[in-house]
Amino acid sequence: MDLAKMFTQVFVSNGLVMSFLFIGIVTWIAYKLSDFTKGRIHGSAIAIILGLILAYIGGTTTGANKGLASIPMFSGIALMGGGMLRDFAIISTAFGADLREIKKCGIPGVLSLFIGIFSSYIVGVALALMWGYTDTASLATIGAGAVTFIVGPVTGAAVGASSDVIAISIAAGVVKSILVMIATPMVAKSIGLTTPSAAMVYGGLMGTTSGTAAGLAATDPKLVPYGAMTATFYTGTGCLLCPSILYLATKMIFG
Amino acid sequence: MGVVFMAIYGVALLSFCMFVGVYLGDALGALLGVNANVGGVGFAMLFLILLANHGIDNGWLAKKSQEGIAFWSSMYIPIVVAMASLQDVVAAVKGGPLAFAAGILAVVVAFVFVPILNKMGSDNNSKNSKCSNIN
Repeated sequence: MDLAKMFTQVFVSNGLVMSFLFIGIVTWIAYKLSDFTKGRIHGSAIAIILGLILAYIGGTTTGANKGLASIPMFSGIALMGGGMLRDFAIISTAFGADLREIKKCGIPGVLSLFIGIFSSYIVGVALALMWGYTDTASLATIGAGAVTFIVGPVTGAAVGASSDVIAISIAAGVVKSILVMIATPMVAKSIGLTTPSAAMVYGGLMGTTSGTAAGLAATDPKLVPYGAMTATFYTGTGCLLCPSILYLATKMIFG
Repeated sequence: MGVVFMAIYGVALLSFCMFVGVYLGDALGALLGVNANVGGVGFAMLFLILLANHGIDNGWLAKKSQEGIAFWSSMYIPIVVAMASLQDVVAAVKGGPLAFAAGILAVVVAFVFVPILNKMGSDNNSKNSKCSNIN
C-alpha cells in the first residue's frame, strides 16, 4: 500500500475540488501577508504574484508550459483557472454593472482599442528593428506579439514568420500580460484609474484579458466588468488588424 | 418547494448569456475573416446586464436566483489567482531581452494613454466625474 501515491491520486482524480482547496489556502496566505504590509499592498495583488511564482516553480521543475498545472498533482488548477471558468466568472461580474456608465464611454472606449493596438504594434516593430530584424514577417510578428500573446502567433502563422520569432512574440505578450497584472494597482491612482469610464479606456488600451482582469481585481474589483468589457474586443480586433492593414503598412515602409 | 432550486436559475441565466455571447463573438470573427472570437465575453456581459435588470424589474429573477450569479462573481478573484498560476512564466523569463523590452514598453505607452483618453471622455461628458460610486 503506497500511501503517498494514494494521497496524490485523490488530488488528481478530484482535480477541481483540489484547486478550490489549494487556491483558498494561497488566497488566505496572501491576505495574511497583506495584513503585514498594513494593507498597503492589496491581498489580491499578492495572491496573483504568488500565483505567478507558483507558475514559475511548476514550469521550471517540469519543463512544461502550463505553469503549476504541469505538476500532475496540481493539474486540476488548469480547469479552475482555464478559459471556461475564467470567462464564466468575468461575465458574472457584469451583474451589478451600470449600463449607463458603459453607454457614457462610447467613443473613447472604441478609440482606446485602436490606439492600444497601434501603439503596441509600433513599439514592437521599433524594438525588433533595434534588435536587427529587417524582414517584414519578423517585424510584423514581434509587433503583433506586443499586442497580445494570441495576436503574435496568429500573425506569425499568417505572414510566415520563423518559429523562433513566433516564440519571441509569445514571450513579449506574456511579459505584457504579467506586467499589467503587477503594475496596474501600483500606478492606478496616478493615471486616474478610479472610474468605470477610465476602466473601459484602460481595458481597451491594455487588451490582455487576463492581465486587465487581474490588474483591475487588485486595484478595485468594482472596475473589473468595465475593463473586461472592452478588453475582450482587443484580441479579436488585433487578429483582424495585425496580419492585414498593419502588416501591409509595415511592408510599405520597410519592405 | 421551488425556492430550494432557485440559485440554479441565476447560474443558468449566466450560462445562457455566455453561450449566446461567445457564439456571437465566434460568428463575428468568422464574418471578419479572423480566426478568433471578437468580443464574445463583452457581448455576454451586455446580455447579462440587460436580462438581469429586466428580471429584477419584472420580478422573474428572485433574490435566491441572483445569489447564484453573485456567487460566481465572488469566485472571480480566486479564479484569476488560479489563472495566474497557469501562465507560462518560464517562457516569459526565457524570451530574452527583446521580448522583455517589447512587453514592458507596450505597457508603459498604454498607461500613458489612459489619462489622455479618459480626459477626452470627460470633456465630452461633464457628468463623468460622478461615476466613481456605483454598486
